[in-house]
Amino acid sequence: MATATAQASAEPSKNPGNLAHGSEHLRQLYTKAYHFMLTARLLDEKFAGLYRAGKIHGGVFLGRGQEALSAALGVHLRKGDVFAPLIRDQAGRLAFGETVLDAARTYLGSPLGPMRARDGNVHRGRPSEGLLPMISHLGAMISVTAGCLMAKRMRGQSNFVGATCIGDGGTSTGSFHEALNMASVERLPLVLVVANNQYAYSTPTSRQFACADLVDRAAGYGVAGHSVDGTDLEACLDTMERAVSAARAGNGPQLVVASLLRLSGHGEHDVADYVDEDLKRSKLGRDCLKVAESFLLLQQWATPQSLEEARKEAMRVINDAIATVQREGAPDPYLEDWCALKSKHLIDGFPKP
Amino acid sequence: MSITYLEAIREAQAYALRHDPRVFIYGQDVGAFGGAFKATKKLAEEFPGRVIDAPISEDAMVGAAVGAAIEGMRPIIEMQFADFSTVGFNQVVNQAATLFWRTETPCPIVIRLPSGGTSGGGPFHSQSLEAIYSHYPGLIVMTPATVEDAYSMLIEAVAIDDPVLFFEHKYLYYHLKAEALPTEALPVGEARIARQGRDATIVTYGAMLHESLAAATELASEGTELEIVDLRTVRPIDTDTVLASVARTGRLLAVGEAWPWGGVTAEVVSRVAEEGFNLLDAPPQRLNARDTPIPYHPNLWAEHRPSTNRIAAAARNLLQL
Repeated sequence: MATATAQASAEPSKNPGNLAHGSEHLRQLYTKAYHFMLTARLLDEKFAGLYRAGKIHGGVFLGRGQEALSAALGVHLRKGDVFAPLIRDQAGRLAFGETVLDAARTYLGSPLGPMRARDGNVHRGRPSEGLLPMISHLGAMISVTAGCLMAKRMRGQSNFVGATCIGDGGTSTGSFHEALNMASVERLPLVLVVANNQYAYSTPTSRQFACADLVDRAAGYGVAGHSVDGTDLEACLDTMERAVSAARAGNGPQLVVASLLRLSGHGEHDVADYVDEDLKRSKLGRDCLKVAESFLLLQQWATPQSLEEARKEAMRVINDAIATVQREGAPDPYLEDWCALKSKHLIDGFPKP
Repeated sequence: MSITYLEAIREAQAYALRHDPRVFIYGQDVGAFGGAFKATKKLAEEFPGRVIDAPISEDAMVGAAVGAAIEGMRPIIEMQFADFSTVGFNQVVNQAATLFWRTETPCPIVIRLPSGGTSGGGPFHSQSLEAIYSHYPGLIVMTPATVEDAYSMLIEAVAIDDPVLFFEHKYLYYHLKAEALPTEALPVGEARIARQGRDATIVTYGAMLHESLAAATELASEGTELEIVDLRTVRPIDTDTVLASVARTGRLLAVGEAWPWGGVTAEVVSRVAEEGFNLLDAPPQRLNARDTPIPYHPNLWAEHRPSTNRIAAAARNLLQL
């Protein structure tokens, strides 16, 4: 099987394809993706603020620095596709159609959210709409996504893809290996996006894997591999367009490996003082949102005023959602059925308290 | 015309595939080869594209089943041996078991686990893992002990909207025969009185049902009548049937092939002690496998699991208490 490995580029992508530099198609996609990046960044910052104010139970996990990659994937997905995001995919979630309200309700534990306060923060989704809610065990969502694709194929559906995201650390799991191998054996339309953000919690990539580049693994699995500069939205859009359309066209799984730097701690509890200063100053440490804004201005697709307007509008949507959720109140344990089965008649008859 | 426990499992899958287009089978060697034990013999031929060979990837197999269930399918996963399901354990207990509770999306998957000891199986082809799965909320755990139950409970398992762990006992695969497949069955979740008796109750399941019945025959010749309860499902446990039996006999011996720490027998004793302490005329007893990995040699294996002799001895002891 051909392995189409595009080299990571520090410069904005010059690859023509459908996303010719400066084209109208690119302008539309870029501005759309930027909108999701911006909303995701501001929403993440809002959650971080609420966390510091003690308003959020449990952890808060930011996608800062990974918004370009995540949004670029999300804007290439459609209704009828399957998406299993990971912890730093707020932008991709929004692009796939998750609402700010769903995110806010889950983080703030509203019983009206999709997880009904039974699960929180990044553990949310709407499986019936193709958005799979991650469990914490890394790599575990890849085979679930693959299973959705097997089922769609068995049911005679076509033109669908499944996409899922993982970090550099998650590639070390057995689940990752089993699922990518299985998806390749089944030649499923799977797009597996690896955000190599240089750290798995505090562990640098030198303690995570010994191959030169994670994308080299693509050949071993018999899947196509793509490398991309995850700080450059244009490059991400271009790579995702090629990867998603190749999967959709029946060319089997696509492994996309993006290089970038996590611009936050693992979670908001983590000050991340272990991050190498040289890495922060390197091109990997660029803020993809600022890179995108510079590009929008350079292309004259935006003005400083329009960017400010966009920021205000995104903040309005976010603040409205948070205000709504804060009025919704907390879950009532006495209204819970405390039953983990759909088959209520098969609940175990423990002695009643 | 007789049918074995193993053939009943094959027939139940054929029934499910025939009657429900959402059903498919995924597992190692299940396709043209027909499965390591031939539980899917000729099914790939009869149902093209629906009996699919999987790579040796238990984690991915179960994860894929959950994904397919989300899309509305009803997959049956065959673990080649229950022992290997530990490689897919995470997907069972964290993915499948939590999905409905977290999202209201049902997870109708069946995982078939060829389980329990056979002579020569050794440490990694003999395990009885029903207890460890039963510990987790969100799962149903079946342990059929008869040909009839193997057939009807597997058909029921496919119809249930929750994940079902189906522990089919390898020792019974060929040893157990019935004249015909059943046309009716007890509801899932109900235990069965496999033998009536007045002097003591043995609560058991799986292959231990047959060792317990043999022990009961032995004690009957000594003038003692044991009542045998076959749990059929160990999650949920039909505590009512157990308590009703103990109310009649006043004595309880819980017998299981799994290891002694915790587990199904401990759960049965705990429930009877908690809810039916006043029914007991003697301390409730348990008999399990010995507390070591399962030995290879037939001489050792026969003394590792509860045998008819050990069950009979435990029952005699219980009657002296």
